[in-house]
Amino acid sequence: MEVLKTYKLYINGQFPRTESGRYMKVLDKEGKLLANVCRASRKDFRNAVVAAIAAQAGWEGRTAYNRAQIIYRLAEMTEDRAAQFERELRKCGFSASSAKTDVRKAIDLMVYYAGWCDKYAQLISTVNPVSGPFFNFSFPEATGVVASFAEHQGSMYRAMALILPPLVAGNTVIVCADEQAPLALLSFAEVVQNSDFPAGVLNILSGSQAELAPHFASHLEVDCILSDKLSKVFSDNDMQAAAENVKRVVALDLSGNRPYGLVYIRPFVEIKTTWHPVGV
Amino acid sequence: MKEKKDNKRFSWPYSPAPESKDHVALEAQYNHYINGAFVKPSGGQYFETINPANEKIIAKVAYANDKDVDKAVKAAAKAYPLWSKMKGADRAKYLFRLARMIQERSREFAVIESLNGGKPIRESRDFDIPLVSAHFFYYAGWADKLEEAFPGQKISPIGVAAQIIPWNFPLLMAAWKLAPALATGNTVVLKPAETTPLTALKLAELIHDCGFPPGVVNVITGDGKTGAALVNHPEVKKIAFTGSTAVGKHIQKATAGSGKKLTLELGGKAAHIVFEDAAIDQAVEGVVNGIFFNQGHVCCAGSRLFVQESIANTFIRKLKERMNTLIVGDPLDKNTDIGAVNSRSQWEKIQHFIKIGKEEGAEIFQSGGGEAKKGYWCAPTLFLNVSQSHRIVQEEIFGPVLAVQTFRTFDEVIQKANNTPYGLSAGVWTQKGSKIFKASSMLKAGVVWANTYNKFDPASPFGGFKESGYGREGGVHGLVPYLNIS
Repeated sequence: MEVLKTYKLYINGQFPRTESGRYMKVLDKEGKLLANVCRASRKDFRNAVVAAIAAQAGWEGRTAYNRAQIIYRLAEMTEDRAAQFERELRKCGFSASSAKTDVRKAIDLMVYYAGWCDKYAQLISTVNPVSGPFFNFSFPEATGVVASFAEHQGSMYRAMALILPPLVAGNTVIVCADEQAPLALLSFAEVVQNSDFPAGVLNILSGSQAELAPHFASHLEVDCILSDKLSKVFSDNDMQAAAENVKRVVALDLSGNRPYGLVYIRPFVEIKTTWHPVGV
Repeated sequence: MKEKKDNKRFSWPYSPAPESKDHVALEAQYNHYINGAFVKPSGGQYFETINPANEKIIAKVAYANDKDVDKAVKAAAKAYPLWSKMKGADRAKYLFRLARMIQERSREFAVIESLNGGKPIRESRDFDIPLVSAHFFYYAGWADKLEEAFPGQKISPIGVAAQIIPWNFPLLMAAWKLAPALATGNTVVLKPAETTPLTALKLAELIHDCGFPPGVVNVITGDGKTGAALVNHPEVKKIAFTGSTAVGKHIQKATAGSGKKLTLELGGKAAHIVFEDAAIDQAVEGVVNGIFFNQGHVCCAGSRLFVQESIANTFIRKLKERMNTLIVGDPLDKNTDIGAVNSRSQWEKIQHFIKIGKEEGAEIFQSGGGEAKKGYWCAPTLFLNVSQSHRIVQEEIFGPVLAVQTFRTFDEVIQKANNTPYGLSAGVWTQKGSKIFKASSMLKAGVVWANTYNKFDPASPFGGFKESGYGREGGVHGLVPYLNIS
C-alpha cells in the first residue's frame, strides 16, 4: 500500500494548509486523481507577503557570496531528488525524456544563477564622473517583494527562470505553482527548506490563478508582479490595480534559447546613487 | 527692494540688482513645433502664459487638441526610420551642436526661465541652464558608443517617445528627457507643462536652428488633456513622465497592458537626517538648500527634517537665524534667494497645507514677509512639534515648507525616514564615515546625499524607489529606458 503525500503550502519556512480549508483536485491525463492540493486564499497570500517583507532586508543584507552558496545548495539538493521531481512532472503530463530534460535544465539554471549573486552588482554599478568635488557612485539594490505565477504545465525550468533572478538580486518571492500541474513545485518547497534559505525568502502557494492574480496585483506592499511575457495571468484590470502603488510590472521573455542573463536580473533592482563631498 | 530682516548682525538693506531682460527676444504668440515647422493649432486656440512674480501675461501659446497630438506623433513616426538608422556619430553631432548653441544663448534662456517660472535668476543662470547644456553634451557622446554600454546584449531604439515634463525645472526636464531619447535613436513629442511652456518652445527654435531633420523633435503645448491624448496615442511606443505621483499612477493605469514602455519620475517626501556628530553650520546650509531651493518646488526636496535630539535646540535656532537672512522677492534680482511660487494653483495648495499644519497643532515659524502685492509668494516656513501622522509630514507640499522632527537613535530615524510610500531621495549629515554608509544603504531612496544636498549632474543617475517611480535619468543608467535590450 503506497503512502500518499499531502501537498501543502510553503509560507515563512513552514508548511501550513490553507487557512480557508479549501482544496483543488490535481488530475492526471486520464482524469484520475493525483492529489488534493490547497486552494490558497487571499489571506494565505497576505500571510506570505508578511513573511516576505520580514525576510527581505535580511536576505538582501547577507553577503552576495552567502546568497550564492544558498542558491548553489538548492542545486545540490534538487540534484539529489531529481528522480522525484521527474516522477511528479511525468504524473502531470511530461514525457519521461522531457521531464528529465526539464529537471536537468532547472538544476543547471540554479548553478548558473548562483554564480550571478556576487557579479551583477559589478556589471550594473558605476562610479559617476560628476563635475564637482564629489565621490558619486550608483549601485543596485533589491526592489523588494516580488509576486509571481509559474505556469508552463508545471515546468521546473520555467519556474526557476522566473524566480531565480529576483532571488539573486536580494528580493523575496511569492510564487504560485501552475494551476493544473503544481506537484513538482510544491515538493520543491521541501528542497528550499533544506537549502539554508531563511524563512520567508521564497514562499510557494497553490491555487486558482484567476482568483489570486487580482490579489497579487493589488496588494500595496508587493513591489513587483512578475510573469512570463506570453502569459495572460495578469489581466489589464490587474495591471491597472498594480499602478496603485506604482508596482513594477515585469514580464520576462522565457521563449528564447537563452532565457536568462543580466537582462533578466536588471528588472528586479533599483539603482541607488549616493553623493559624498571630497574635501578635508 | 527686499531686506534681510530680524538679523542684528546684518541689517543693512540690499540694493536692487536686477538682471537685464532687454536682450531677450520673446514673441507675443507661440505655435507648436511639428515636423520641423512652427504651426498654428488646428483648433485655433491659444492660452496665456504669465509671469508669476507680477501676474502679467508674457505670451500666448498654442493649445494642442487631439488632432495636433496626432499630427505631432505622426511626424515623429515618419522621422523615426531616418533618425534611428542614422549613424550614431551623426546623431551625436546634432546633439553636440545643440549643447553648444544653448551655451551661446544661455543668459537669454535663464531670463526667460525666471520670467515664466518664478525661479531666482541666480538659480536659472547658474544651475538650470548650464545643466541643460551639460546634459545634451553628455548624452551626445553616448550616441556612437551604445553597444559598448551593453556588452553581450542586443539593443535597439524603441520608437516614438512621448515626454511629459513638469513646471519646476522646465528646460532642465526637457533636456533630461530629450537628450537620452535622441542619443539612442528615438524620435520625440515633448509636452512642456501648462504654466511654463516658453523655454521649451525657445528650445524648439534652437533645435530648428541646429538643422535637426523634421519630425525628430516635436514640441506641443497644452494641458492635462493634451498629455492624456499623447499617452493614449497608439503610435507612441514609449512614455516618459515627470510629475506628481497621482498623475503617474493614472498614466500607469492608462498604459496597462498596452505594451508601451513607461518610466516615471514622481513625487517625494525626502528625509533629511542630521546626526549629533554632524558639522552643524554646514548641515544648516544643506537643510536650507534642501528645502528652499527653487521655492521648494523640487520633487527631491528635503521636506522632512530629522534632527537628533541632543542638538535639536541649537540646530533649530541656527536654522531660524539662517532663514531670516533669506531674501524672498523679484526672481530677476540677483540677490533673491526665493522667487515666486510658480502658479496661483500651486500657491493655493501650499497655503492649504500651511493651514492644515496649523490646524493639526504644529508650531509654525516663518521668515521673510513684505512681498509685493501682485504675484504669488510664500515665506520660508518651518513646522515644529510634528509627528509621523501629520499630513504635512506624509504628503508632498512642493513648496518652501519644512516639517521638523527629532529622534534619539539611529534605528528610530531610519525607520521613520522610510515610513513613507515615496522613495526618491534622502540626505544624511554626520562626520562619521561608517555611519554615512550604513544610513545611505538602509534608506529606501534612489538618491542619497551625504553631507550635501540637491546636487545634480548629467553623469549621475536620478530616480526613485517605491511610489516615486521607476527608471533612471542621467548616466549610463539613463540610456536603459530608451532602448529595447535583450
